Amino acid sequence: MNAAQRVFVNSTNWIVELGRSFIFFLRILKCLPGLALKPRLVVEQIYSVGVLSLVIVVVAGLFVGMVLALSGYRLLVGFGAEEALGTSVALVVVRELGPVVTGLLFAGRAGSALAAEIGLMKATDQLSGMEMMAVDPVKRIVAPRFLAGVIALPLLTSIFCVMAIGAGGGYFVGVDMLGVDAGSYWSGIQANVDFGQDIINIFLKSGVFGAIITWVAVYQGYHAPPTSEGVSRATTNTVVIASLAILGANLMLTAVLFSGG
Amino acid sequence: MIQDPRKTADSTAAAPNLVEVRQVHFSLGKRVIYKAIDLDIARGRITAIMGPSGTGKTTLLRLISGQWRPASGTVHFDGQHVAKLGQGELFEQRKRMGMLFQSGALLTDLSVFDNVAFPLREHTRLPERLIRDIVLMKLEAVGLRGARALYPAQLSGGMARRVALARAIALDPEMIMYDEPFAGQDPISMGVLLRLIRRLNDVLGLTAIVVSHDVKETLGIADYVYVISDGEVIDHGTPDDIRNSSSKWVQQFIHAEADGPVPFHYSGRPYAEDLLEEGRS
Repeated sequence: MNAAQRVFVNSTNWIVELGRSFIFFLRILKCLPGLALKPRLVVEQIYSVGVLSLVIVVVAGLFVGMVLALSGYRLLVGFGAEEALGTSVALVVVRELGPVVTGLLFAGRAGSALAAEIGLMKATDQLSGMEMMAVDPVKRIVAPRFLAGVIALPLLTSIFCVMAIGAGGGYFVGVDMLGVDAGSYWSGIQANVDFGQDIINIFLKSGVFGAIITWVAVYQGYHAPPTSEGVSRATTNTVVIASLAILGANLMLTAVLFSGG
Repeated sequence: MIQDPRKTADSTAAAPNLVEVRQVHFSLGKRVIYKAIDLDIARGRITAIMGPSGTGKTTLLRLISGQWRPASGTVHFDGQHVAKLGQGELFEQRKRMGMLFQSGALLTDLSVFDNVAFPLREHTRLPERLIRDIVLMKLEAVGLRGARALYPAQLSGGMARRVALARAIALDPEMIMYDEPFAGQDPISMGVLLRLIRRLNDVLGLTAIVVSHDVKETLGIADYVYVISDGEVIDHGTPDDIRNSSSKWVQQFIHAEADGPVPFHYSGRPYAEDLLEEGRS
């Protein structure tokens, strides 16, 4: 097979895979209304993918906020505009870094765990066993995890933003360490962060990212070859594909959501 | 010699069939598993499917349950063409079947009790008190009532398979498919399982398909036996018919002989040639 043929075959396989994953996505969506009767399944998964991701999100939020305040202060102080530190940290975190960094952390922590869990369930015949008990694994296993991801990521993103901007992160470095006026820090944020433009968009963006990450994770796990290598590859693919998809989706969403401003 | 699998070998073959497999051809990748196989599973009887490892015995169960579809040919369960059923109809049909997987296939995040209760909670609206009683009865039958609080990771392979059996009979299905039920069982558990399979059949009139290569145990409880190899039915009949089969292949299989028509070694280059080649390199 020459290079051109290889490119053609790989492209065809990629398109087929994309089509299969879209059909799988539609199957998941079809199962979502049924979860209203079994909310406990979703709550358990929100704990698994959300609460258990809290530590990494909180710690990352604190460090990102501190670094932004430190580097932002050095830049702003040159123009005598250090009072705008709160505004700059908040806008960068709320509009871009919050959803994207939390999404990347979520893909690494929860996405990989979801893919490995479902892949191992497949490898150990647990999914086949469910099918034989007339229980649809997409409805019982996949859909609750998907919905939990969509709900958990916006909440985690909010926590990340609060940590990055608030008392432990940007505020600590900017106000407590570098001496920026606390009133200027908060009033700048209050004046420039728009609830409709910024806060609502955090939830929109991170909700979309949550859907993308869990969709990739459950698809990779569900279709992983039932071997240890297959599960390992599904886990890696989840992190790589979901991370790139988040970055791509972020570009598109930013262009759409902030086009007016 | 391949015989006509629809021959009426004894009275069991005259009973109405719950499952009918006709001219089924199935491949996994390039490997042909079945070449136009025919067999019947009589209602209310224990039918054993025997053959060496890798001959597609488990595949047959997956074809009967509709998890896989044959490339050609038909599988009918109680008169319904399995491959033509939609997901809803297939799931309704599966509520009438139980399957004991070779690996057990227990849900690892649930306890033994919750594993057995799983199909009851999913498919019935029984009160929790009644579910508890049913689960304890099923676990008592497999000797693991005392292990109900354990998790699958804390069970031995044999215990896991007994829990899986309790789960498979939780909904009192019409037919149970046992995939290698005797593998990894100690003699006591093996005896209990043999009696349990026989008793489920005798008392409740369940139809059973036992896939196994444990000759003595399987021939001891089966009403009818199919021996398959290389994608074909090699022989079939009552256990006595199989014991007295004129087929050299069947005789080699049931007496576990090294020499015979079935090669022990996977086909390849001569041993000496391979060793010498290795030495040169």
